[in-house]
Amino acid sequence: MLTLFCLWGAYAAEPIVVWHAMGGTEEQALLSTVEEWSQHSGREVQVVAIPAGAFDSKFETAVPRGNGPDLAITAHVKREVWREMTLLEPLELPDRPWWPAAREAVVDRDGRAWAIPLSLKCPVLMYDPTKIDHPPATTDELLALAREWADHGDYGLAYEAAVPYFHAAWMHGFGGQLFDAQGEATLDTPEQVAAFGFVHQLSADGLIPGSVTSERLGQLYDEGRVPLVINGPWFVPDRKRKIAFAPMPVVSSTGLPARPYLTVDVAFVAQGADPDAALLAAWLGSEFAEVQRRDIAGQVAASQELLYTDPLQRVIALQAETAVPMPVNARVLSAFEAQARALRRVVRGSASPEQAAEEAQYWYASLTQPPAAPAAAWPYVLGLCAILGLLSWRAREHAGLVKSVYQFRYTYLWVFPAVFAVVVLVVLPFIAGTTVSLLSGNGGDWTFVGMRNFVSIVLSKDWPLTSPMSFYYTLLVTLLWTSTNVVLHVAIGLGFALVLREPWVKLKGLWRSLLILPWAVPNYITALIWRSMFDAQYGAINALLGAVIGHPVHMDWFASFGTAFSANLITNTWLGFPFMMVVTLGALQAIPRELEEAAEVDGAGLWLRFRHVTWPLVKPALLPAMVLGSVWTFNMFNVVYLVSQGEPDGSTEILISQAYRWAFSRGHQYGYAAAYAVLIFGVLWLYSYGTKRWAR
Amino acid sequence: MGAMRGPSVGTQVVAHLFLVCVTMLTLYPILWVVNMALTPGQAFAVGWLPIPTSVSLENFEYVLTATDAQGTCIFINRLCNSIIVSTSTALIGLIASTTAAYAMSRWSFPGKEAGMQLFLTTQMFPSVVMAVPLYLMLDNLHLLDSLTGLVVVYSTTSVPFSVWTLKGYFDTIPREIEEAAWMDGASRWLTFWRIVLPLARPALAVTGLFSFMTAWNEFILAATITSDPNKFTLPVMLQRYVDDYGAEWGHFAAGSILVSLPVVLLFFALQKHFVGGLTAGGVKG
Repeated sequence: MLTLFCLWGAYAAEPIVVWHAMGGTEEQALLSTVEEWSQHSGREVQVVAIPAGAFDSKFETAVPRGNGPDLAITAHVKREVWREMTLLEPLELPDRPWWPAAREAVVDRDGRAWAIPLSLKCPVLMYDPTKIDHPPATTDELLALAREWADHGDYGLAYEAAVPYFHAAWMHGFGGQLFDAQGEATLDTPEQVAAFGFVHQLSADGLIPGSVTSERLGQLYDEGRVPLVINGPWFVPDRKRKIAFAPMPVVSSTGLPARPYLTVDVAFVAQGADPDAALLAAWLGSEFAEVQRRDIAGQVAASQELLYTDPLQRVIALQAETAVPMPVNARVLSAFEAQARALRRVVRGSASPEQAAEEAQYWYASLTQPPAAPAAAWPYVLGLCAILGLLSWRAREHAGLVKSVYQFRYTYLWVFPAVFAVVVLVVLPFIAGTTVSLLSGNGGDWTFVGMRNFVSIVLSKDWPLTSPMSFYYTLLVTLLWTSTNVVLHVAIGLGFALVLREPWVKLKGLWRSLLILPWAVPNYITALIWRSMFDAQYGAINALLGAVIGHPVHMDWFASFGTAFSANLITNTWLGFPFMMVVTLGALQAIPRELEEAAEVDGAGLWLRFRHVTWPLVKPALLPAMVLGSVWTFNMFNVVYLVSQGEPDGSTEILISQAYRWAFSRGHQYGYAAAYAVLIFGVLWLYSYGTKRWAR
Repeated sequence: MGAMRGPSVGTQVVAHLFLVCVTMLTLYPILWVVNMALTPGQAFAVGWLPIPTSVSLENFEYVLTATDAQGTCIFINRLCNSIIVSTSTALIGLIASTTAAYAMSRWSFPGKEAGMQLFLTTQMFPSVVMAVPLYLMLDNLHLLDSLTGLVVVYSTTSVPFSVWTLKGYFDTIPREIEEAAWMDGASRWLTFWRIVLPLARPALAVTGLFSFMTAWNEFILAATITSDPNKFTLPVMLQRYVDDYGAEWGHFAAGSILVSLPVVLLFFALQKHFVGGLTAGGVKG
């Protein structure tokens, strides 16, 4: 019986769980190698595809709770973060001829390996073989070639110049690096300035398109408007033109190769994994598995043993020799964010390379500020006690309160569900938010810093007053945004309503329904559409302008504050006027036409009639609508977030989107963001208090 | 007499031409959506005239039938998420608020004014400002990446909104009927349940549908709270088609039409109620 039980136990061993985020042929290659191992070892393996966007957060929550995978196959970049979170098991790196960069991607400073490297990806130079015979080997050749092809609306080279991932090749080629050996960011070194200078030159000479996304790159290439592209292997499958590949050129002024970032797909063994998981990881790193991945999925192996026939694989393998593994430093995202801001300014020409580099370093420092020294909590506790004491003292004056509350106890039962819901859903989060605003930290460990977040925002300690990052700048933009919008909404809405109200207008219902559409369609959809209509290369707005003035326009709407703000304003005016129109139409319905007709008979002109008859009658309905509309506009997150996205340099950001950015896209500075939110509450409260007083 | 006929024919023609022009301008972005949805391919259409050169329904077909790695239909999954979240939000709003709205409309009691002020003020502050504490609280409760978490967040809006709107409607129902019922000895609760609620059915429907639409159209909080595609709502699905990593404009446009058509129709059906309700008390859009 006992033996039977043991046998059963052995057979019921849980399967080894593998998580990955691959699709298509890469997934097939993985499945076939795992199958092979499973047959050899007799262990059952369960392979689970996790959506790429959710992979990291799922892994980080599942492993500590013991329901994570045994093996995680993903990019190497989270190595340090996950090691520090003790989510990983160290392992033995098999003795194989790994590319040095692949080894560097998985081995820490103490020489311990934390993953098995599997395959490599990096950007390379891609060119149109119908236009270019010999790809440029140096940046001088590249510049000469680009100059030859850049011409009215066409470009010599296209890549996402403002994205640090792609800029890295130049950064390394000019001798710079993101972090020094101590892990400190080095974004303002002379080498960084030189690399910025190179990008500045490319952009100022019109050789590269200013702001370009991956999709626009594909479109430009397919239309034959650019012969040279820098991009990763994912760019290739959808192309409609012939495409050829070459390693990145050598930077002429330094003689160093331009070294792009290398992303290494690795197999991590999770903390507490089945002991056999390490064996499976080693198997996935074997030559057999590499051949499978090469032949099934066209992947380039992490070891130097394989030979490739595919030209793209060949070039990536060549590039792997000089490529630099993506940094695993926990602060890499902050460094990227800082560098991206600087790069956008360089590409736009709104900052010199020196200025931009200096700003990048400053911006990085402010994103990674060490938490302020803890403040003493006792003054705050004392203050809170004093307030509570005062309140209870005041309550004594309402001694009858308790009695009357008891008297109305059944009525309170009626109100209870709503009050309970609002307390739990709104009041508690509000108290939590106010508490967080007194703390510093980004989740995990918090320090109590008292009013320091507020002080640094209100005194604009980190930024000069005129910087788009200062609270007052954003406040001013928000006020400008709100007032211009409301004025336009009312003017346009009122105008349409007055026309639509005339009895001789035909098809009233049709016009009314069509003009109301912008309000009816969900605004995130229309905001996204407007965003792309303002696109510099393919946008309908530039095309319209071009059709009017007779030659193509490629204006970058998001390059200067004036045009970016106008783009937001146009979008939101379009969204907002129907509400005012409907309100005015409703109010006009209640007004007897006789009044105006009498005025007309008396010989009053159009303006006089409006000013003295119509407006006074419409005003009572329109004023509350204006208050309402101004609060909506003040809080119109979607338009700013989706249309201008705060560009340029966060200058079109409004208070609410700025608070969101501090919380969720600038290193998760929750305390700072919560303080921002409390200040927004303050401004809104002042506004509502003011309008109430004014209405009386 | 002249005043009744209106201005000269010339002015009338100009006015109508003006209406045609401004309507075209207003429809311009929407025509782009239709254009991209019907044009095969994923590129953002080029040129200034939103007229498709070739028409096909392949984008609609793709959006409706695309499946993920596990073989579930993406659209159906996101649609279910959206329906579950929006319906729950609307129901929670109604269930929590109806009795309170009625009590506030009919009776006075200590703290009533303060309570109404509380509901009004909470409405004025956008949920995005509350995003940080809500996010941290959901994180602590392990409700990130869950539909429950989304319902919780959206209810912060729907409960106070429903209280205010329903109170406005109850105010318009004459008290005589209830008073007659009380005379006959019916309890408050019975009167409310048997007489007032049936009368308020249309108002409940409008309020619920409005909460439903608000949740259906919400994008940024859903995008912040969920990272697992299986928990995405329709707006997040649509945005992902055209974010930094993808540029599937055809799919985005076709999906947008599918997602917004029901709410646009609903909007037209209910718009009369909105304007009154909104300007009367509510503040949130």
